Amino acid sequence: MSARPERAQGSARNERRRLNEIFLTLPSLVWLGVFFFVPTLIVFAIAFRPADPYGGIGDGWTLETIRRMVSPNYPAIIWRTFLLSVAATFICLTLAVPVGYCLARVGRRWRQWILLLVVIPFWTNFLVRVFAWKSLLATNGSFRLALVWLGVLGEDQPILFTPVAILLVLVYTYLPFAILPVYASAEKFDFSLLEAARDLGASSGKAFFRVFLPGISRGLATAAIMVLVPSLGSYVIPDLVGGASSEMLGNKIAQYVYTERNLPRASALSAILTVVVVALLILFLWWSLRRDRSGSGVKKGGLFT
Amino acid sequence: MKRSLFPFLTLCFCLLFFYLPLAVMMVGSFNNSRFGGPWRGVTLRYYTSLFRDREIWVCLENTLIIAVASTIVCMALGAAAAFALHYFRSKLQFIHQALVYAPLVIPEILMGMSLLLFFVALEADLGMWTIFAGHVTFSMSYVALTVLGRLQDFDFTLIDAARDLGAGTWTAVWKILIPLIAPGILAGGLLAFTLSLDDFVVTFFVSGTDSKTLPIYIYSSIKHGSPTKLNALSTILLIVTFLGAFISRLLAGRAGRTGRIVNKAG
Repeated sequence: MSARPERAQGSARNERRRLNEIFLTLPSLVWLGVFFFVPTLIVFAIAFRPADPYGGIGDGWTLETIRRMVSPNYPAIIWRTFLLSVAATFICLTLAVPVGYCLARVGRRWRQWILLLVVIPFWTNFLVRVFAWKSLLATNGSFRLALVWLGVLGEDQPILFTPVAILLVLVYTYLPFAILPVYASAEKFDFSLLEAARDLGASSGKAFFRVFLPGISRGLATAAIMVLVPSLGSYVIPDLVGGASSEMLGNKIAQYVYTERNLPRASALSAILTVVVVALLILFLWWSLRRDRSGSGVKKGGLFT
Repeated sequence: MKRSLFPFLTLCFCLLFFYLPLAVMMVGSFNNSRFGGPWRGVTLRYYTSLFRDREIWVCLENTLIIAVASTIVCMALGAAAAFALHYFRSKLQFIHQALVYAPLVIPEILMGMSLLLFFVALEADLGMWTIFAGHVTFSMSYVALTVLGRLQDFDFTLIDAARDLGAGTWTAVWKILIPLIAPGILAGGLLAFTLSLDDFVVTFFVSGTDSKTLPIYIYSSIKHGSPTKLNALSTILLIVTFLGAFISRLLAGRAGRTGRIVNKAG
């Protein structure tokens, strides 16, 4: 065969490969472009449009909505949302580390069952779980009565419709999301490193903080993102178990859509939330890229210093 | 010794924390006391009143229609997306990948809000079609990632072997690749189905006033309805989920898979 038809054949093959790629890519690309990317852009655009009195969107462009965001009302809500989300993330990680450690060390057969038990809450209907907690936390709910009996809570001190209730249900909802990535990292961790640290004179606490935790840092960071991001955007939990004084960003967005019928203001709050979430994700990606480049999770020399 | 027990005790605590609220609710659904107070003996009347409630059946029908339709579309689009992401390395795939991953990490309320504004801007009627579009949008990526996980484990020398033995590309794809990837597509489909059945936030934003799904019904009952009837409904849903989780575990195979998918999603 001469060189020419071969090249022609090659380019025909490239052509076909290109067609295959487009054929496989286009459906999902177009769908997500239309129903995900364009709507996100619209949110940002509408934040700069005025509201009309009928709950629609007025003509022209305005900075009024953005300017109103500095009123003391919003920073308080944003701050509360941030605090509750960070607290939920911290508690979830604190619980996930020992659980992930335990799962990584337990025998294979047990592990399969325990993992299934950890995943099932994630499969159950989210509203059902929130509802279960709402009943438990109500005035005559078992959990509140147990807390009163233990002396943690005063006789007629409520817990439902307080920030504590929100925090509790956030942790309950997102704990499986923290356990799974931490476990996935702990499973790959070389536990003989802990023994080595002990042999070299580290206390078990020191070995845990300086060898185990850095070793599973990727799982920890993934877990933090998996809890923090949905917590920041949570709406159902503060809506059902939080009170008027413990609103979060998500509530405010829904309130502007449904009760006050002010779409531009809902858009502006959504835009703020989007920017925060995207910034967190970029930070996470930057961190994990840098970490992958520097090699293993345990810092060189970090073991001995 | 005391130190080594600590992780195990935390695990026990977490499992209790996960299941105790659900157990209390399930027991409560049989409690013959109107407002979920102290135990007054066993009754099934909440279950019978549940079965007589016509609205629940309409909501269930809507939920299932949307779940089945969106799952089928998600399986096709998600599997195609996974193949494209796995085989090709181009600028187009870079953008494609970003678009596939983004819905996994964006809070639901933002997706609901943006879809609502999109439909308002289009002046579309909110209803079954908009719910369907929303559900496909948020579950497609889960199917794509599940299938991608399968593809990464797939031994591609099998395709070469088939072609060496005289099979054409499409024959090899249909006879070798698809059957071996099918469990992945099914597992992804099951995930999409569950996500669709469960979804409240996106549905709430794009459903309008006439089309109600089961989660919308549950939400309005939590806000204004009778808690005891809801206990019964929740118990039924929980039992269905436990069975579904068990079956899906049989389908998905190895235990590490769920952890890996979650890891990638991050």
